[in-house]
Amino acid sequence: MKRAFRLLASAGLVAAAAVAATAAMAAEPLKVAFVYVGPIGDHGWSYQHDVGRKAVEKEFGDKVKVTYVENVSEGPDAERVITQLAQGGNDLIFTTSFGFMNPTIKVANRFPKVKFEHATGFKTAKNVSIYNARFYEGRYIAGIIAAKMSKTGTIGYIASFPIPEVVMGINSAYLGAKTVNPDIKIKTIWVSSWFDPGKESDAAKALVDQGADVLMQHTDSPAAMKLAEERGIYAFGQASDMAIFGPKAQLTSILDDWNYYYVDRVKAVMDGSWATKDTWDGLKQKMVELAPYGPAVPDDVKTLADATKEKIISGELHPFTGPINKQDGSPWLKEGEKAADKDLLSMNFFVQGVEGSLPK
Amino acid sequence: MDLLLNILLGVTVAATPLVFAAIGELVTEKSGVLNLGVEGMMIMGAIAAFAGTVGTGSYVAGILIGALAGAAMGGLFGVLTLTLMSNQVACGLALTLFGLGLSALIGQSYSGISLPQFPRVDIPLLTDIPFLGPLIFGQDALVYLSLALVAGVAWFLARTRPGLILRAVGENHEAAHGIGYPVIRIRYLAVMFGGACAGLGGAYLSLVQTPLWVEKMSAGRGWIALALVVFASWRPLRVLGGAYLFGGITIMQLHSQALGLQVDAQILSMMPYLATILVLVVISRDRVKMKLNAPSCLGKVFYATS
Repeated sequence: MKRAFRLLASAGLVAAAAVAATAAMAAEPLKVAFVYVGPIGDHGWSYQHDVGRKAVEKEFGDKVKVTYVENVSEGPDAERVITQLAQGGNDLIFTTSFGFMNPTIKVANRFPKVKFEHATGFKTAKNVSIYNARFYEGRYIAGIIAAKMSKTGTIGYIASFPIPEVVMGINSAYLGAKTVNPDIKIKTIWVSSWFDPGKESDAAKALVDQGADVLMQHTDSPAAMKLAEERGIYAFGQASDMAIFGPKAQLTSILDDWNYYYVDRVKAVMDGSWATKDTWDGLKQKMVELAPYGPAVPDDVKTLADATKEKIISGELHPFTGPINKQDGSPWLKEGEKAADKDLLSMNFFVQGVEGSLPK
Repeated sequence: MDLLLNILLGVTVAATPLVFAAIGELVTEKSGVLNLGVEGMMIMGAIAAFAGTVGTGSYVAGILIGALAGAAMGGLFGVLTLTLMSNQVACGLALTLFGLGLSALIGQSYSGISLPQFPRVDIPLLTDIPFLGPLIFGQDALVYLSLALVAGVAWFLARTRPGLILRAVGENHEAAHGIGYPVIRIRYLAVMFGGACAGLGGAYLSLVQTPLWVEKMSAGRGWIALALVVFASWRPLRVLGGAYLFGGITIMQLHSQALGLQVDAQILSMMPYLATILVLVVISRDRVKMKLNAPSCLGKVFYATS
């Protein structure tokens, strides 16, 4: 069934109909649905959410009936798919991409009895919770490692879209790198896609050709990692461990672990304690984790990275601590001031020192 | 100089899958069949070539399997539209969706496997010539194949009798049938050739450009190839130029960003489509030229009455 379903999933519309059909047959178990923006075979973002889905299945067995729809594009398709899932009798629906925010809120208004969980957004409702991971904590450490490993002093960054999540990541990586090397440069290429292996690979090439010797990415495929391995430079994995694509190249990977959150929320619906919640967990709660360091990382860098991680976990260090100016030189954070969560979640500017400009 | 060389090498890599897919579609369309399933045939070529290479350990075998998979998809399209006479536009769209789904299904066990870098041609002395050496003599074999294919198709269509017959079938299938040419058989061959070429384009993506297999990795290149055929007004050499132009735009956009130049990525991403629309507008103003190039029977169902 799952295989046949995957086939259909490419045609979002058909898939939604199939979900509705299969969903109508079941009766007892709690019905949970997941909506993914990419294919679960992306070895990145959607893949990791799917690991969370499997954790839910494993934890609750027969007590849940879990379905998923993959490859749902951010736009009208999303609303249709979410509506179908809600109509199909699902009790809890996880929508796992920033661009699903407005569709989720819209559908939630029409189905007040269904509970929704939206990842990485900022709009809540009576039946919509939001959850996100503090990836910037991991990226700060990645920035430190990158600056330590780079010989050319240039880090290449493959970015997707200029949404706060991505902008925050670039800023955080830069601030981390700057603590090691004040002259560090970050070159950013926007590929305007979450998932286009060919283009990500081309962008990686362009960055390396222009002097970058460590690559970071905020796109979902392992293409850049693969290129780094070929060119004998370093890279950081995205969302899941990409060491198989770059056994020598991967320095570490910023991992997302949604398992405990998904299990908790399903449990909350089961025992009736579910309420709207805004979750933003990080290294401390292990929603963000670092993959084992690659063979190229020397001991002193490991020690430094681990120490930074400890400081972030204990709350001693916040990656966004003043003094920090905006890119144009106007002040943002005062000496010792820590960035407020709401500022981070709506971040639409580079900090001083980052080169390039945000696409409009 | 090194940067320029790397940019030019990058353009070749970005353009080659487009060259393959577009030249195949050109032949298909010249025979009067509009196959919108290029994206689906491409992605099937990508997974088949990847799986084939992993399975056999040979790039040559993998590439052949990729081309065969594309041809099989083309054949399937032929059965639907030529034998069963279904609507070509609808079937082409269906073929794309089918290909994306089927390739994901087949590819489940292949994501996460990686292949070594595809070998580049290395001719001692010639490849060592600074700048021009690697550019002209140091590309991978598939790049040369794509160039040869374009030259071959151009020659075939313009200079050979079978090429003339193929064009005749595309121009007026009833007349071609009237003087005894097997319209359906010729179209089958053209559609399968188009599929094989799209398969090669896909193979280039999964074996050379990335080289790995991930679902949906064709990411719209099949549609660009379709646009290219119109952009080139059905001329093989213009297809080549157009593919390199579109590839060049992609690569220049990435490089200009890394250099810190202010160009909107979105505008450059829509350039191929915008250029195609412009060309369409320009060529459709001149009816004579339009008729000279566009196959008159494009997309029309052929039904042999006698």
